[in-house]
Amino acid sequence: MAGTLRFEPDDRFHAFLATCRDAPFGNGPLSGVPVAIKDNISTMGIETTCASRILKGYIPPYDAHAVNLLKAAGAAVCGKTNMDEFGMGTTTENSAFGPTLNPRDPERVPGGSSGGSAAAIAAGLVPMALGTDTGGSIRCPAAFCGIVGLKPTYGRVSRYGLIAYANSLEQIGPMACTVSDVSKLYSVIAGPDPRDSTSCDRPYRHTPSPDIRGLKIGIPEEYFGKGVDPLVAVVVRKAIGTLEELGATAVSCTLPSMQYALAAYYVTCTSEASSNLARFDGVRYGPPADPKKSWHEAFRDVRKRSFGKEVRRRIMLGTFALSSGYYGKYYAKAQIARANVRADFLRVLADVDVIAGPTMPTVAFRLGEKSDPLAMYLSDILTVPANLAGIPAISLPCGTSGGMPVGLQIMGQHFADERVIDVAYAYEQAVKA
Amino acid sequence: MVTEKDVEHIADLADIGIGTEELGTFTQQFNAILSYFDLLDQVREGAIPGQELVNVMREDTVRPSLPQDDILRNAAATEDGFIKAPRVM
Repeated sequence: MAGTLRFEPDDRFHAFLATCRDAPFGNGPLSGVPVAIKDNISTMGIETTCASRILKGYIPPYDAHAVNLLKAAGAAVCGKTNMDEFGMGTTTENSAFGPTLNPRDPERVPGGSSGGSAAAIAAGLVPMALGTDTGGSIRCPAAFCGIVGLKPTYGRVSRYGLIAYANSLEQIGPMACTVSDVSKLYSVIAGPDPRDSTSCDRPYRHTPSPDIRGLKIGIPEEYFGKGVDPLVAVVVRKAIGTLEELGATAVSCTLPSMQYALAAYYVTCTSEASSNLARFDGVRYGPPADPKKSWHEAFRDVRKRSFGKEVRRRIMLGTFALSSGYYGKYYAKAQIARANVRADFLRVLADVDVIAGPTMPTVAFRLGEKSDPLAMYLSDILTVPANLAGIPAISLPCGTSGGMPVGLQIMGQHFADERVIDVAYAYEQAVKA
Repeated sequence: MVTEKDVEHIADLADIGIGTEELGTFTQQFNAILSYFDLLDQVREGAIPGQELVNVMREDTVRPSLPQDDILRNAAATEDGFIKAPRVM
């Protein structure tokens, strides 16, 4: 039955940047289900800012393809969630409109960059939300807040209407409390779209199955190495033990190119960002550039005033990495390293069905704990490889360390999202029983 | 090592604007991040991926687009159906 949903959440963790008090919904598999949308995904008629002052007041004249599909499935689009500005961050502290707090401990960050979506779910304000994942931005907040989040295989969800940060890496993906709900939301948003030239005709029509007998799970030593909190590693190893009890076999493996993955990722994403974010100049949208000033002067003023520090840092890093004389040292080398990461995954996944490890090397940080940009980047080490390779990866809760949730990450072959979801479902059903 | 002058130049190229008060911090952070990126020097030389790819072209097709009014709605200044931009000359 179509209708209108009254949505007045008690947003004590600042998960939302905008809410729709009366959210219309239609008929379909998600009829009347409130779904929150990360604020870098265009929603017709609803302000979409990417948590940046440079898009304050911007109201998209069209819906992203994923939002179109949600509406067609009957969902009630009930609000826009907070994030690190343009998706650049691991904590949601880089939002121009203030941080989101972690519902599991409000003195800690919810992770990022889809921190608002994860917090809204963890706080029970919505059952499902869309996030986006460029280098872990769905899986990190899912792990930190104790919910489930999937980064789909690159190309399975249209990026049309997603405000671009790093096109070759990012995907829109489902987030929810349970694997079943992630699967349900994924079935609505996956599929081809001629408006995204990287979109594939691979719809998702799958009901999760908990039978993983005979499955082979690769455990990369790099996912339990230096920089990974031993207490987190213990929790994740125990979860892998549970999968073994269900009939799977765990074997160790190595991904030697992992040592270059983080550098390759940051060179690639900042390079793409420097180009993508050139469009924000105060002319077509956003705070106005002074028409009396010269072109460059007017742009500089608007961009300095309206972009946050991390966004400016990444635009400059990318500009540098692509500049004449440095392209070969940074960007070209990063692309070779990226191809090596992909080759490593393909080699390992020819022998095992899925790869498992921790999602994040630690539990959620305290607010303000990480102020050094490089230290912050290093915490993405376990999530960026899947983006570089384009493979599917899910994070699901697998216990706690010091009272904070720990995420188990399952990765699979390209287009084996169904298998990754099945393994997650098997674990979830086993610990629930 | 990049100098404050280099960072100023990059900010210039990117039209990003940088204040003298933030130049020191940005330069220091830049150098920390770039020395981490030096890891990539150890990556063996090889063919740069993607260079074997060819563009796949198709004929242009006319499809419906958004109404002009909708496009102009978010612009700060418009005139006669155009968007006003800062002066070039």
